[in-house]
Amino acid sequence: MDGTAWILLTGSLVAICCALCGTFLVLKGMTMVGDAISHAVLPGIAVAFLLTGSRSMSVMLIGAGAVGLLASFLIETMHRRARVQQDASIGITFTWLFALGVLLISVFSSNIDLDQDCVLYGEIAYVPLDMLDAGGKLIPRAVVMMTVVLGVITVVFASGWKELTLTTFDPALAAGLGIAPMLWHYVLMSCISMTTVAAFESVGAIIVVALFTAPPAAAYLLTASLGRMTALACVFGIVCAVAGYWIALWIDGSIAGAMAVVAGAEVAAALVISRIRAKRVAMVAERGAEQRVLLE
Amino acid sequence: MTPDKPCIEIHDLTVAYNRRPVLWDVDTTLPSASLIAIVGPNGAGKSTLLKSMMGLLPVASGYVEFWGEPLRSVRHRVGYMPQRESVDWDFPASVFDVVLMGRYGKLGLFKRPRAADRDAAMECIRSVGLEDFANRQISRLSGGQQQRVFLARALAQDADVYLMDEPFAGVDAATESTILSVLKQMRESGKTIVVVHHDLHAVAEHFDWTVLLNMHLVASGETASVMTAANLQKAYGGRLHLLTEVTQLVQQHERSIRKG
Repeated sequence: MDGTAWILLTGSLVAICCALCGTFLVLKGMTMVGDAISHAVLPGIAVAFLLTGSRSMSVMLIGAGAVGLLASFLIETMHRRARVQQDASIGITFTWLFALGVLLISVFSSNIDLDQDCVLYGEIAYVPLDMLDAGGKLIPRAVVMMTVVLGVITVVFASGWKELTLTTFDPALAAGLGIAPMLWHYVLMSCISMTTVAAFESVGAIIVVALFTAPPAAAYLLTASLGRMTALACVFGIVCAVAGYWIALWIDGSIAGAMAVVAGAEVAAALVISRIRAKRVAMVAERGAEQRVLLE
Repeated sequence: MTPDKPCIEIHDLTVAYNRRPVLWDVDTTLPSASLIAIVGPNGAGKSTLLKSMMGLLPVASGYVEFWGEPLRSVRHRVGYMPQRESVDWDFPASVFDVVLMGRYGKLGLFKRPRAADRDAAMECIRSVGLEDFANRQISRLSGGQQQRVFLARALAQDADVYLMDEPFAGVDAATESTILSVLKQMRESGKTIVVVHHDLHAVAEHFDWTVLLNMHLVASGETASVMTAANLQKAYGGRLHLLTEVTQLVQQHERSIRKG
């Protein structure tokens, strides 16, 4: 496989992970929690690096994953215990953790091979430069990492689908049936932390939020079934990755930036399509009513 | 049909929000195979009582037992129907999807619904008269149809006791009578149904047992013995428009007793 194929594969894997988690985030009305986690991983990455001096996959995943979970825990605790509004507690948590990360990196920047730009914006074009030797075949580190994450998420979602659905739609009934909404909330948050951490090197921590939100939001506008919404979100995510790559190449710009712009365009297109559909349904209904009147 | 041995015991229950008590020392037992109404003015803690019976709210003191056991050991025999407004009806799901959720509790972790669960869900949809809407998206339903979806989902839980939070809120007369007849059928088959209700007339007419609440327990017993002017005055206080309604109600009631 050549560089382009690896880049497209990485982008698609990131997009699918994001679309799966994002579907439930959008339905919970909590996409900003995804945003918060994606920013909060910065201190996690910095601390993990400072403690171990390594940029290995496992260290980063553990460090940032832990801070991601800490962020969602802080948000929930502040909201529930201290009665701070949900959006305010999100705002406080992620800016605070993010600032902590910025501070850590700036203080220790002289001896750190890590900068904010690389964490926040990522660079998917470098994916083919960082290869791992997998049984004689060279595979990019990012592809290995995203495949592992996608595997974990797929297993979690396939086995806990009905629990995730019910705790998202009706947490009160879920609790009444003995399915703990908070447990499944943290399961979802863990998946999101994992995805963000794994994806930050390739698409950056900020643009990953676009992939969490826009493809599922576009899918939500076009279908009324959760299964179809999830599948459509994955397809839209892959379109973002592929179209974004070619557009970036064409205009010689940032690949991650182009992917997020495509994501925005998808939502706009979905909005137009759903409007046209609604009008057509209304027209058919009107015509039906007219015919009924004529028949009478 | 006569309410006999108690199936729910509420013992000295006190519940607080932000350290401010909203239910004080509620202590009563509820009979099995009956239609039980929880009534009281706004803010009386009716929903709070139901939610704490369901274990959804932390209890400051006291306990609730079903057949002498705590909820967690009899969870599958207790069904719950939350308020209609508690969920987002724009959720991408059909009527069938939502009713099927009622089966999730009995399925257990990681198991998918089987054909038997699907058949049971469809049967419940039929019993509330929504079979023509089974595949319809839930946002395209009227308020009354949404209540019937929730009722069907409660039926799908296949429990012995049902706790229902305002199943009659926002429904038209036709839906109200559908829901009532379903509830009565459930009672005939030995189920106990506890309903938070606003309509005193309907309660007086159709419910066997009434729990009258205003933060404290005002009265709990057979409807005729609870719905007295003194009790209603105690629960609803000096709210004039309500008092006239209540007086009429009591008069009606006395008339019907004299007739009977």
